[in-house]
Amino acid sequence: MTSHDVLITGIGLVSSLGVGADAHWTALTAPSPAPVIDRERFRPYTIHPLPEIDWSQQIAKRGDIRQMETWQRLGTYAAGVALDDAGIKGDETLCAAMDLIVAAGGGERDEAVDASILAASEARADHGVLLNEKLTTDLRPTLFLAQLSNLLAGNISIVHKVIGSSRTFMGEEGAGISALETGAARIRSGQSTHLLLGGAYQTEHPDMLFSYELGGYLNRGDWKPVWERSGTEGGGVVTGSGAAFLVLESRDHAEKRGRGAYASIDQVVSGNARRDGAFPARIADFIGALGAGSDTLVVSGASGAHAATSAEKAALDRTGAAYRGMASAVGHVKEAQFPFAVALAALALKNGAAYPPFDPAAERPFAGTPARAVATSIGYHRFEGAALLSAA
Amino acid sequence: MASRKDHLGRPVVAVTGIGIVTSLGVGKADNWSALTSGRSGIHPITRFPVDHLNTTIAGMVDFLPSSGRGSSAHTYELAQTAAREAVDEAGFGGGAFGGPLFLAAPPVEIGWNERLALYARKGDGEGYARLLSTARAQNDRAMFESGQFGAIADRLSETLGTRGLPITLSTACASGATAIQLGVEAIRRGECDRAIAIGADGSATEEALIRFSLLSALSTNNEVPEKASKPFSRDRDGFVLAEGAAALVLESLDAAEARGATVLGILSGCGEHADDFHRTRSKPDGSPAIAAVRSALADAGLADDRIDYINAHGTSTPENDKMEHLSLHSVFGDRLRTIPISSNKSMIGHTLSAAGAIEAAFSLMTMREGVIPPTINYDHPDPAIDLDVVPNVKRQASVSTVLSNSFGFGGQNTCLVMAREA
Repeated sequence: MTSHDVLITGIGLVSSLGVGADAHWTALTAPSPAPVIDRERFRPYTIHPLPEIDWSQQIAKRGDIRQMETWQRLGTYAAGVALDDAGIKGDETLCAAMDLIVAAGGGERDEAVDASILAASEARADHGVLLNEKLTTDLRPTLFLAQLSNLLAGNISIVHKVIGSSRTFMGEEGAGISALETGAARIRSGQSTHLLLGGAYQTEHPDMLFSYELGGYLNRGDWKPVWERSGTEGGGVVTGSGAAFLVLESRDHAEKRGRGAYASIDQVVSGNARRDGAFPARIADFIGALGAGSDTLVVSGASGAHAATSAEKAALDRTGAAYRGMASAVGHVKEAQFPFAVALAALALKNGAAYPPFDPAAERPFAGTPARAVATSIGYHRFEGAALLSAA
Repeated sequence: MASRKDHLGRPVVAVTGIGIVTSLGVGKADNWSALTSGRSGIHPITRFPVDHLNTTIAGMVDFLPSSGRGSSAHTYELAQTAAREAVDEAGFGGGAFGGPLFLAAPPVEIGWNERLALYARKGDGEGYARLLSTARAQNDRAMFESGQFGAIADRLSETLGTRGLPITLSTACASGATAIQLGVEAIRRGECDRAIAIGADGSATEEALIRFSLLSALSTNNEVPEKASKPFSRDRDGFVLAEGAAALVLESLDAAEARGATVLGILSGCGEHADDFHRTRSKPDGSPAIAAVRSALADAGLADDRIDYINAHGTSTPENDKMEHLSLHSVFGDRLRTIPISSNKSMIGHTLSAAGAIEAAFSLMTMREGVIPPTINYDHPDPAIDLDVVPNVKRQASVSTVLSNSFGFGGQNTCLVMAREA
C-alpha cells in the first residue's frame, strides 16, 4: 500500500439496466437477470436502449441540455453521477484541479439532412453541388458542436466545472483502454491527485450502426448471450447505449478527505495484437499474463464479434477464473466498454461478491468473496486492454 | 555521464527528429524556406465544387497521392510523411521505432463519396436503411476502416514499428500540442526513453468547410487567397481552413546523448487549463488561457521574463486574436510589446488538429536557425492589439526560448515552452 495507489472513489453508470452503481448491482445480482433489448426499432439489429433519464438531475441548465445531442448528454450525465458518488460534485476547488480524460467517438449526424441528400442524389449527377446546396441550407449551425469528439469533455467542463486539464482519446474500445491506462499512470506518478475519466456511447442512431455494419460486425439473428453468437447470423455484436465514468484518486488524496473506495487499480495493460492467424495465441498470452485464477472474478468486455470473442473465451477458460460477459447484460458500449467493465469489477469487489452468471451455459458460478478482479476489453476490430483490481 | 533532470527532478525531454508537411510543401527544408520568405500556401479550392459556398479558399495539401481520397487516407499519408522525415532525422529510420505513438487527428466519418456510392447500389429501402443493407452486402474493408477512429494510428503504428496501443487524441485545435504533451509526460513518468508525437489533419472536406462556415469562423476573403489570413490585423475576418502534419521524435536527453543524437531543441514545459465558459467562446477575462500559459512557464521552471519569442495561436479570427493578446498581456504585462510574436497561420492557414504540432516544429526551427518567421498580411494593424508581430518580413534573432500557444473549441488551452539548449 502506498500513498500513490490508484483508487476508484466514484462510479457513474448508465445503461439499459438503469442509472448508477447501485441500480446496476441490483439488476445484475437479481435471481434471473434479463437483458433489456429492443428488436424492432433497427430491425434486423437488436440494441439495448437507454433507460428513462431525467437529464436535469445532472445538467441543471436547460440551455446546456439543448446544446447537446444525446451522446453528450449521456456522458455529461454519467460524469455528474460519478462526481456525486465521489462527493466531489459542486466542490469548486476539487473540480478546478481535477483532470479529465474522455474516451469518445463522434456524435450523431442529422439523419433527416443525410436522408434528403441521399434521396436527391438519385435524380441528379452533380453530387458535389448538391452537397453544398443542401449542407449550407439544412445543417443546424450548432450541430457541429454536438458532433465534435472533444465536445463531450467540453460540456463536462461547462456543466461540472472540471477544468484541471481536458484530453479526449479516440479509437473505439482502445480510447477507453488508453484513458484508464493514462489516468492510472498519472495518479501513480503523482502527475494527478484526482481525475475523472470515462466515455459514453449512444447507439440509437442508424449512423452509429452503419459504422459497424460496413465491417459486417452486427448480430442480425435472435439475441443470445455474448459467448453464444458464433452460430448466429451476422457478426455477433449487439450494441447498447450507455456510459461509464470513474473518479480515480490517489490513496493519499482520498484518505485526506475521508473517502472510502470501491477498489484499487493495481495494473492496467494494453496491446495492439495483429489480427492474423496467430491472434488467438496472442490473446491467450495477453490474458494468461494477468495471473487470473480460480479466486478471480473477470468482468469481460467481449463484444460478441466472432473472432475476438472466441479467442478471449478460450483464453479465459484456460485460466480457471469465473468470468462474466458484460455485453450480455448491457450490450457493446464501444468507447465506454472498458471503463464500464472496470466499474463492474470494482463494484463486485466493494460488495465482496461476484455476479451470478449472466449466461449459465458458459459462465460458472462463483461462491464467496473474490480476492481480486480483472476487467478486459478485447476490441471488436482492434486493440485490447485489461485491468487488475483488488479490494481497496 | 550525469543524468539530465529538470528543475523538478524529471528527465529532460529533447527533440531529435522533426518532420513537416503543409500546403507550402513536403519536408522541413521547403517549408522553412517558404515560411521565412513570407510565402502563403492559401489557394482556391479545387478538390470539390465551390458553388453556394461563402468561403472558396483553403490551405489544402493537394499534392499527395491521397489528396482528395477522403479524410482518413489523407490524414494517414500526411502523418506518415511527416513521421518518416522525423524518424529518419532522429536516426531511427532503419528499424522499428520502439516507443509509443501519440497521434492528434481529426474525428473521422465515412465520407460523402462513399455514402453516395453505397446509396447508388439500390439496396432495400431508403435513407440509412438502404445504406445499412448495401454496407452489409458490400463489406468493403477500406470503407469500413475509413470510419474507424483508431485506424490511422494503428496503421502508422505498424508502419513505424511503434510500441503498444497507439493513442489517438483530439483536443480540437489544440490537439497537436496535446500529442506532444502526452509524449513528454510519458517520458517524464519513465515509461519510455522515446516517443513520437504527430499532429495531422487532412479533413478539409466540403462538409467540414461548411460546418465551420456556419459558425462564422472562416474568412470570406476569397478574391486574393494569399491575403486572407491576417492575424492581428484590424480587418481580419476569420481563419482559413488548412491541412498539414508535423511529427516530433521526443527523447529523454539522457538517451539522446547516450546514442550521440543531434538535439534539435528541448521540450521544457507543457501547460493546460480547460475553459468552462462556453463551447466556442473564451471566458471574457481570459483566465483559462492565462492559467495555461502560466502553468507551461511553471512546468518549465521559467519566469515570464525568460521568453524570447511567442509562436501565437493567431488564427485571424476577431475573437481569438483579441483574447490571445489579452491573455498574454495579463501574463507578460507591458514587456509583451517587446517580445516578438508571430503567427505561422498567416501563411499556412489553420491546420486544426495538426496546428499545435506544426507550430511546435516551426518554433524549434526558429530557435535553431536564429530566424523568426513573419506574420504576413499585416497591412492594417489592429490598434487594440499592440504587439510586435514581426510584420511581413522575417527577422534574424537569437532565440533561446519559445512559448507556443494552442487554443481550441470546447475550452481547450494548451501551451508549450521550448528551449534551444538544455
